[in-house]
Amino acid sequence: MTSPHLLWLLAGVGTILVLASIIGEVLRARLSPAGESPVIENLNARINAWWVMVICLALAFIAGKPGVVLLFALCSFAALREFLTLTTHNRADHWSLVACFFLILPLQYWFLATDWYGMYSIFIPVYAFLLLPVASALRGSTQNFLVRVSETQWALMICIYCASHVPALLYLQIPGFEGRNVILIAYLIFVVQLSDVLQYVWGKLIGRTRVAPNLSPSKTWEGLIGGALSATAIGTALYWMTPFSPLEAAGMCLLITLMGFSGGLVMSAIKRDRGIKDWGHLIAGHGGFLDRLDSVIFAAPIFFHVTRWFWSTT
Amino acid sequence: MIPVLRAFAARVTGLAISTFARFMTAPRAIWQGIEPVPRQRVYYANHTSNGDFVLLWTALPTPLRRQTRPVAALDYWLTSPLRAFIGREVFNAVLIDRRPEARTEDPVAQMAAALDQGASLIIFPEGQRNSSDADLLPFKSGLYHLAKVRPGIDLVPVWIANLNRVMPKGEIIPVPLICTLTFGAPLRIDPEETKDAFLARATEALLALKAAA
Repeated sequence: MTSPHLLWLLAGVGTILVLASIIGEVLRARLSPAGESPVIENLNARINAWWVMVICLALAFIAGKPGVVLLFALCSFAALREFLTLTTHNRADHWSLVACFFLILPLQYWFLATDWYGMYSIFIPVYAFLLLPVASALRGSTQNFLVRVSETQWALMICIYCASHVPALLYLQIPGFEGRNVILIAYLIFVVQLSDVLQYVWGKLIGRTRVAPNLSPSKTWEGLIGGALSATAIGTALYWMTPFSPLEAAGMCLLITLMGFSGGLVMSAIKRDRGIKDWGHLIAGHGGFLDRLDSVIFAAPIFFHVTRWFWSTT
Repeated sequence: MIPVLRAFAARVTGLAISTFARFMTAPRAIWQGIEPVPRQRVYYANHTSNGDFVLLWTALPTPLRRQTRPVAALDYWLTSPLRAFIGREVFNAVLIDRRPEARTEDPVAQMAAALDQGASLIIFPEGQRNSSDADLLPFKSGLYHLAKVRPGIDLVPVWIANLNRVMPKGEIIPVPLICTLTFGAPLRIDPEETKDAFLARATEALLALKAAA
């Protein structure tokens, strides 16, 4: 599963993290020796969490297809647990919710692991969509019925269906790119997350005009344009490890950074509506799994389908 | 040899139970007006599920957990050998008899004795699981009597949110959802305070945490 290109990418990310850790520690020693600055403490917590995330991802890459599928199944589980904590449901939905976690989630990843494209691409949008409300209806509670089943379906689409399109990239068959599909995953995650970080940095430096003032104070047009363009530039420079030409790589990067931004925006709207700041607390400094994955979740299915349509033979 | 094995089995079972609780609920402890330091305390919480004390026990940092014993109903925990093992050896529970006519030991004296040995306690002052729509059932007088005999002890309210949605009464399989435990500022009894006034104050302190969470 490992290829020299993947090692290069991981080495690059490792270097960035070493630099970030050094900067973080210097800032802490200078400005916050006793932990008095929350901004610097948060920065260091975020960098440490990035180390853990990158190491988990690298281990999954080394373990090959089963490792990557398992890692994303676990991420889906944690994300779904965060999402369904905040949705509307009552006691009549108990069996539907149990089915989401212990039936639909394992089945989706099983279909994926057996490379059954015809099934995993419609399982949740068709079968779960039609059958899950039946489980709730049979229990007889009609109160908020449409709200309950819609929110549950939304949770499934976001946390399981869309997230599962990251490992699905392993099963594309691109002539001349055999055995290197893991690069597609590393590339997608790298560009989208880099864009998130750079949007934050550009926003802090020159951000003035908010994209959606009611929704998120930190998302600005300056941050979006600066972050998306600089992440696209870096992603384009890495075209040689992908199946794309430089121009195609630029188009793909622009596509996934914009989808990533949209993911952050939409998921912020949900958080704002429910009156919370973060989806969870398990990733120190970042919040929950959904806080970190929202952009990747939105970018993955589109990246998968565009790549499949234009480059894959399956 | 056998006691060593039992102690080992108890540790492993405890670890398995708290790992399972973490997997299902990713419990989040919010310390609000109190710090998670290893000081002797009585944690009192709302009671909506059989998993309440497991979750509270799991959410405590390890040094605090080691010295904390749940107070549980003997008539529930001694009904089967497995329950007795979990209640006595895994959680080291202070088992009290809720039936005044049947009991040989006074529950308040048992709790006071456990405090005198240096343990912290977890108690559910409602005395039974709350499956009503009300946030809390009226507190039984146990909390008051305990505070009266050991007035120097800190009583820490803990609001456990969401666990009744993880495992509603009558269901067999739990749903994984995030649970939050909010630990509030400690209370002590005032020597002049009447039973009703004290229990009302303790109830209010607990309900205030629900509003904050």
